[in-house]
Amino acid sequence: MSRIAVEPTDLSPTGYVLRGPGELSVRFDRRVVLMCGLLVAVLIAVFLTSLAVGDFTISPGDVVRTLFGNPPDPLADFIVNGRRLPRVLVAFLVGGALGASGAVFQSLSRNPLGSPDVIGFTSGASAGAVFVILVTGGSMLQVAGGAVVGGLATAVAVYLLAYKRGVQGFRLILVGIAAGAMLTSAVHYMLMRAELIQAASAQVWLTGSLNTRAWDHVVAVGIGVALVAPLLAVLSRPMRLIEMGDEAATGLGVNAERTRLGMLIAATVLAAIAVAAAGPIAFIALSAPHLARRLTGASGAAVGAAALMGAALLGASDLVAQWVLPTPLPVGVVTVCVGGLYLVWLLAREGRRNHV
Amino acid sequence: MSEPRLHGNDLTLAYDERVISRELSVSIPDGSFTVIVGPNACGKSTLLRALARMLKPSAGAVHLDGRLITQYSTKEAARRLGLLPQSSIAPEGITVADLVSRGRYPHQRLFRQWSAADTEAVAEAMTSTGITDLRHRRVDELSGGQRQRVWLAMVLAQQTPILLLDEPTTFLDIAHQIEVLDLCHDLHVSHGRTLVAVLHDLNHACRYATHLIAMRDGEIVAEGAPAAIVDETLVRDVFGLACRIIDDPETGTPLVIPTAKQPVVTTS
Repeated sequence: MSRIAVEPTDLSPTGYVLRGPGELSVRFDRRVVLMCGLLVAVLIAVFLTSLAVGDFTISPGDVVRTLFGNPPDPLADFIVNGRRLPRVLVAFLVGGALGASGAVFQSLSRNPLGSPDVIGFTSGASAGAVFVILVTGGSMLQVAGGAVVGGLATAVAVYLLAYKRGVQGFRLILVGIAAGAMLTSAVHYMLMRAELIQAASAQVWLTGSLNTRAWDHVVAVGIGVALVAPLLAVLSRPMRLIEMGDEAATGLGVNAERTRLGMLIAATVLAAIAVAAAGPIAFIALSAPHLARRLTGASGAAVGAAALMGAALLGASDLVAQWVLPTPLPVGVVTVCVGGLYLVWLLAREGRRNHV
Repeated sequence: MSEPRLHGNDLTLAYDERVISRELSVSIPDGSFTVIVGPNACGKSTLLRALARMLKPSAGAVHLDGRLITQYSTKEAARRLGLLPQSSIAPEGITVADLVSRGRYPHQRLFRQWSAADTEAVAEAMTSTGITDLRHRRVDELSGGQRQRVWLAMVLAQQTPILLLDEPTTFLDIAHQIEVLDLCHDLHVSHGRTLVAVLHDLNHACRYATHLIAMRDGEIVAEGAPAAIVDETLVRDVFGLACRIIDDPETGTPLVIPTAKQPVVTTS
């Protein structure tokens, strides 16, 4: 008998369990695994295309050779390893962080429109960043710091304001919307009072962009994501039980309040990392979890698939933003268009289903 | 007699400032089918929620197996005591078997997600609730009665010696109500489990309970075997209902017949 075996669980037509030595057993869904494999294939395609395409086109063969430390010429080495590789890696990491964060927020709020905006996080980050840009002029690092501080402060304030014998999803949404609206008007106020040039640079940051992202971004975002990922992996099972309601989850042995707090922290930190690195890129956190669920047919939040979907969406959007349009645009412009179309489609579909 | 596995002492139960019960003490006899009855808003669900550690008493304590229930990790408590809440949300698109399998959570660990015992417990829970044929159906496609049996199966798969059921028969038609109660009866008789249920129907309570707890205004008015405590006075005191009590022709247990207020008009 082999030590590692895969058996169907007969719990659903696509449910399997992977058994290893001792009592080790991990459940998985065949369709989820297949679709995640497909997303990884898309990521590889986006990755290679991003490295090859540009003002200076490099053949796929040369790209692979350059990646493995054997560049055809120094220029290819500089362009691939120095410029395009860090940019596409930041796109993947930021997209993945946004996708996972959105999946957690949708599960927390039990609302398909849940996203980091729900707790006012994005507005708080924007207010913090714009404040730094306008008041201090601000290096990139200072702006990122301002965004993180603003976002986290807002998240903590919203959590505390919504706290009443524990935090319920609905209260969180209402308080978050209110805080977000106030902070957005604060941003507008600051922009109105600012000098034109500063206001313009703040506006660029507010759109969300991957321009001039380099290796230090990759390292910072990578470390952050690597720290949060294990927490999400541990929380993903109790998180699915909380979707059935607090009483059912508690009855099954889930500490609902502690799990929810852990989820909030993990998702907020992921959103903070993403915003600090690339600005408030819109709609990835909203649409990636939906698309991932539709693709995998999973019931409830599929955090891993949502992260892969977010990475693919942002990577592809950045390709479009750089090369498909007549003039290069910040990637946030593309994600807004893609996300807006998606939202219209989602609302139309929900409307039909609920016979509104 | 040694102390029962589940009991609450001097419980004060409140939602924020609104006190539901003061200094309430309750014992659940081991191996009983205990049913809590009382008018709407008498605090019966509140008491059940406190016993199930869903509501923290403002004063007093709930004991489970000789220790304070709060001393157990919530997962350890979930291996001893299961709860069927009044309403739960089925995740979109989940299959029946998958939902039932979630009852195994307290027995699992991060890297021990599915054992042979899990397979067996889920199969057994689905057999005893009669939903084995539905196992690959989506829960959101089922009727209310089927869905309630699925939730019950999930709690059964948890394999706890004590089961708390909050109004398990609400939203069910009469046939499904009896079906669920027969199942509870069977669980208690042949599996020796201790059951505590909140029920609305006093006649169902009298027929199935081995131990009845009657509540009014957050207090326990009477408790004991239905035949020993249910009479016209109790029903009037608890529900404010004038009635006659006769023997249930099927089981011999008390059967409550409300007094007719005015002569019934019959047309011929």
